[in-house]
Amino acid sequence: MNPKKEPMSNPAFPRGAALTFLLCVLPAFVALARAEVAQSIKGAPASFTAECSSCHVAYAPSLTGQANWRGIMTGLDKHFGVDASLDSKTQHEISVWLLANAATSGRRAAASTDFRITRSDWFIRKHDEVSASVWKRASIKSASNCGACHSGAARGDFDEDSVRIPK
Amino acid sequence: MTRPPKLGRIVWIDLLWGVCMLWFRLLPVVIACTLGLCAAGAMADTPAVFLERLNAEARSAGEGPGNAARGQEFFNQSHGNEWKCASCHGAVPTGKGEHAVTHKVIDPMAPAFNPQRFTDAAKVEKWFRRNCKDVLSRECTAREKADVLTWLISLK
Repeated sequence: MNPKKEPMSNPAFPRGAALTFLLCVLPAFVALARAEVAQSIKGAPASFTAECSSCHVAYAPSLTGQANWRGIMTGLDKHFGVDASLDSKTQHEISVWLLANAATSGRRAAASTDFRITRSDWFIRKHDEVSASVWKRASIKSASNCGACHSGAARGDFDEDSVRIPK
Repeated sequence: MTRPPKLGRIVWIDLLWGVCMLWFRLLPVVIACTLGLCAAGAMADTPAVFLERLNAEARSAGEGPGNAARGQEFFNQSHGNEWKCASCHGAVPTGKGEHAVTHKVIDPMAPAFNPQRFTDAAKVEKWFRRNCKDVLSRECTAREKADVLTWLISLK
């Protein structure tokens, strides 16, 4: 064996080493990124997540139709009894995204009397097996507290199989 | 037949080298982030800066600077509407509050208990505007805001 040959094979090693390191570290980065994503709806502008979740869970746009979203977004200064007004740039950005991702067909697209998702026919029907006393539990308190039973609510995941009604 | 290269100490040296190179390549990013954070830190508003601004505004409206006792009273008083500031933030906002409608937890308002408070001008402006409308059906005056902030800063 010619010992001079050894350094010749060397350049392959740093690459291999870097690759090994990356392979070890990448899963950590991916996990971090996923943890970040897990708290918001995919594709949502940062303003939507920040503004709409400051008082309640940021409701997924597909939970209601354009008519309700328009009504909600043009009346933010009187938002169900609370002033939730925004600067016009933020309001426009959020509105555009909500309207582009709103429910377009079926029961969900229908408008409700005061634009409330929780007063929509589809919402009432879907929750008809939940009794009034359950809604009043300290762990739930309000129909708008989606996250109490739907752990994935903040990322728009309302899969029925993952519903856990707290005691 | 050629034997595969013998793996030994050299692999560890190369591994280390690989890690060093990775950091070397990331260095510009690390430096940029550090500088960015420092710049943001230097420019960020502080509760004291906000208070100074509000006091100046109050003075130009012919009123005195903020007063902690007056701030506490204002915070816990009804102003003709259903809610007081304390309805959601608690009577002494050194602990967590709870939104009166949605029951969402609200982090402490006193800067000593929540260093993020009063560090972002847009946020401060937005929430004073909204919450004053809810509690007083009008925007708060500079002196009212100065009173409340003086009180909040005094809570240790």
